[in-house]
Amino acid sequence: MIHSRKVLKILIVVLSIMVIFVSISAFASQTQEAAKETASASTAPWWVWPLALFVVTFILGILAVLGGVGGGVLFVPIIGGFFPFNIDFVRGAGLLVALAGALAAGPGLLRRNLASLRLALPVALIASSAAIIGAMIGLALKPNVVNTLLGATILFIVAIMVTAKKSDFPNVAKPDNLSQSLHIMGIYREESLGKDIEWQVHRTPQGLALFIVIGVMAGMFGLGAGWANVPALNLLMGAPLKISVATSKFLLSITDASAVWVYLNQGAVLPMIVVPSIVGIMLGSMIGVKILVKSKPKAIKWMVIGLLLFAGTRALLKGLGIWE
Amino acid sequence: MTEDRKKASEEQLAYAGVLNIGMWIGLALLVVTFIVYISGALPSYVPIEKLSEIPKGSNVPYWGMRAHELNEAFNIPIGWGWTSLVGKGDYLNFVGIAMLGGLSILCYLVILPILIRKKDTPYVVIAMLEVAVLLLAASGILKAGGH
Repeated sequence: MIHSRKVLKILIVVLSIMVIFVSISAFASQTQEAAKETASASTAPWWVWPLALFVVTFILGILAVLGGVGGGVLFVPIIGGFFPFNIDFVRGAGLLVALAGALAAGPGLLRRNLASLRLALPVALIASSAAIIGAMIGLALKPNVVNTLLGATILFIVAIMVTAKKSDFPNVAKPDNLSQSLHIMGIYREESLGKDIEWQVHRTPQGLALFIVIGVMAGMFGLGAGWANVPALNLLMGAPLKISVATSKFLLSITDASAVWVYLNQGAVLPMIVVPSIVGIMLGSMIGVKILVKSKPKAIKWMVIGLLLFAGTRALLKGLGIWE
Repeated sequence: MTEDRKKASEEQLAYAGVLNIGMWIGLALLVVTFIVYISGALPSYVPIEKLSEIPKGSNVPYWGMRAHELNEAFNIPIGWGWTSLVGKGDYLNFVGIAMLGGLSILCYLVILPILIRKKDTPYVVIAMLEVAVLLLAASGILKAGGH
């Protein structure tokens, strides 16, 4: 009985959020239609959009923390799908949102030795170089192609979230030669078990190769890349889950920085979109962490998956010209 | 030995220290310059209310245009050209944005001497290559084609 009430509550919240987004989308298109008739002026005052952006990103910040995903992966498809901004500016802002979050989390993760500089530096070199290429490809592609690929990618991320199993402490029987020569290994204190965990990695060349793809996608879509970094570090390279999550977060501060510069230099960054989004998502994340300390309803993950499914489908259909 | 490995390394702590200070300065700059921008304390290069307007002959507002179209519409310089407009309310925001974008370069430069002192040659090379990659991205030399 309690369970079904919870599910009902979550369904109501998801539906409410979807209604908000569809309303925003409808409002945007009505505004544009009205403006076309009056030839030059939009009917909505300019401040409506940054305010709406702040409110929506605040909610996304809460959901991202509770759902265990990065803000960027929610930001780009949702803002790109339901706000009147061009996908170029949304991706530029998405990268900056992910970058700001990574920069804020980075110092604490490094100091507590959860993010490993030795693991991050070689990976960052590959991923940040690839992210530059991704950003250049992304800015060269037509918006409908970007939206179609973005939609397909988001739906792929949903599939990963639903199916991928994570391993707290993967078994790495023998580290590979490359990780040994780079001394990629460490020890961290696992407080939940009250013991020190020694870790090392394997399949480093394959992992680095995968980060070429991850970097390109991060730069192309402005999504951040935690959704791909964590499985690559954890499942492929065999780093413990905590080390993978922390190192992934820190990695974004380097990977996204390189792509941000491409967007910035091409004039694809609008402060009007960037600043309310960063402030909104960071404040939302702080509230999310407070809620997380008290409770973490598992259903929130499904709520985030539902939102991503909705936003991914929207991007795909927008790209294909089915749902403008 | 195990106790040492449990602690973050010297270069990791140095990196974290610079990142922490730079991040707070960058975020503070971002918020302050945005307040200057929306308050109109400094005139903007592209008036703030103009962005949501729909130009004649178009069916999207200025911020719905592709980046290169918006740049053409307002004759906005690309690359580091924004530095010449930093006295304008909108482009003042780019100082904080550039600071956040460039912070990693500074962090790498701080850890480089530590890595050199430790004779950690592979990581010295990796760090130098990363600085080169980030500088290349920041330089504005790279252009996205296809317009």
